[in-house]
Amino acid sequence: MHNISRLIVIGGSWGGIQASMRILEGLPADYPIPIVLVLHRLRNQEGSLQELFEKKLVLKAVEVDDKAPLEAGHVYIAPANYHVLLEKDHTFSLDDSELENYSRPSIDVTFTSAADAFGKNTVGILLSGASKDGSSGLKYIFDKRGTAIVQHPGEAEISTMPLAAIHSTPGCSILNVERIQAYLLTLHGH
Amino acid sequence: MKPEQDELFELEVEALIKEIHTQYGYDFSGYARASVYRRIKRFLGQKHLQSIEDLRKFLFTDSFFFENFLQEITVNVTEMFRDPTFYKSLRENVLPILSTYPFIKVWDAGCSTGEELFSLAILLEEEGLLGRTKIYATDINQKVLRQAKEGIFSASNMTAYTAAYYAAGGNRDFADYYTSNYGSVKFNSSLVRNVVFYPHNLATDSSFNEFHLIVCRNVLIYFNRALQDKVYQLFDESLVDLGYLALGKKETLAMSGISDTYNFVDKNNRIYRKNS
Repeated sequence: MHNISRLIVIGGSWGGIQASMRILEGLPADYPIPIVLVLHRLRNQEGSLQELFEKKLVLKAVEVDDKAPLEAGHVYIAPANYHVLLEKDHTFSLDDSELENYSRPSIDVTFTSAADAFGKNTVGILLSGASKDGSSGLKYIFDKRGTAIVQHPGEAEISTMPLAAIHSTPGCSILNVERIQAYLLTLHGH
Repeated sequence: MKPEQDELFELEVEALIKEIHTQYGYDFSGYARASVYRRIKRFLGQKHLQSIEDLRKFLFTDSFFFENFLQEITVNVTEMFRDPTFYKSLRENVLPILSTYPFIKVWDAGCSTGEELFSLAILLEEEGLLGRTKIYATDINQKVLRQAKEGIFSASNMTAYTAAYYAAGGNRDFADYYTSNYGSVKFNSSLVRNVVFYPHNLATDSSFNEFHLIVCRNVLIYFNRALQDKVYQLFDESLVDLGYLALGKKETLAMSGISDTYNFVDKNNRIYRKNS
């Protein structure tokens, strides 16, 4: 078992790449909590997202390999055409079963599985997007007493995803990206 | 679910896995748990069952119901020419070497409903190797093996498959490989004239032949690391020296016990070659 006690999972669709980039740009290389990023994209698209994040972040951006262990200082990007699941031993399992919410990777799948593995130590963040994927997963995190955060719909490029999440999880925190980043920085050092 | 309920669910699943092994001989103990839980919850939802207890009643009294369960728990989602760059790489980097053998043996492990098998057969055909290649197509699931043998796929996927075929370096008229009929297409049975279809359970069965190429893509992701390692040993025993092992794009030998004796032929597409 690795020395990892919390997990941050971030989901987004249209507008989610830019929003997640702005949040993650401000995090230092020694950020102690692993971050899993699930962004919708075109099917069969190759690893360009990873290159994009690798260029802009001081954190290490990698695409998830099956059974890779979670490590601090890493941003794990869900690969095209796979669902990303978390195991209780803090490793990843990939899954290429049916699409969920017309998506693979699906945000709901990762959020749910993250909450099963990390319980109240899960931080779920749902960003801009033109899909309702992620809203039931965020509720699942919230119901397990994890932290549920939604990008402010007024700031999101497309508000469908944040609005669906606010509807499913009325108790979530609604923050703009600066506040989300500031919150994540407060977790640094825990 | 509350934490206690989760714990109960997980204990019930463990008991169920043991019972299935005893009753039907299928061993799911080495399957990756996150995925098993998800598949079972999904199955309960589909069948409108409230609990594992309800599921048990049907599973152990109705073998047709069990077949259906097996079908759902073992993921059978597949497509033709998935990751076209993989097939292109196989065509350019592996088949020219295999062509130097007088007789070629390929194992398509976990062939599911046959989309990958027909893609491989088309590749071999176009490189002039199909006539002297024997492909062993295996799966745990007898029902999907029968489907694979038929080579009948839904016509609705053919636009995507055709595009993937060309992206994989195909340069013939893809429609020549199949005949269309009322929303489905049937691939030419001559493509599988040298294929042996064979039920094989990677979790429990042993090595049965020696191969020049083993293709096992996105099958082992459903296993835990210990079982993966066992299967990699099985593949190692089943490969000739300098044989090739092709995994899914996000699978790796790096954490396995055989990684030292394998080198990348194509890192991006996870094609490995065994040392001599």
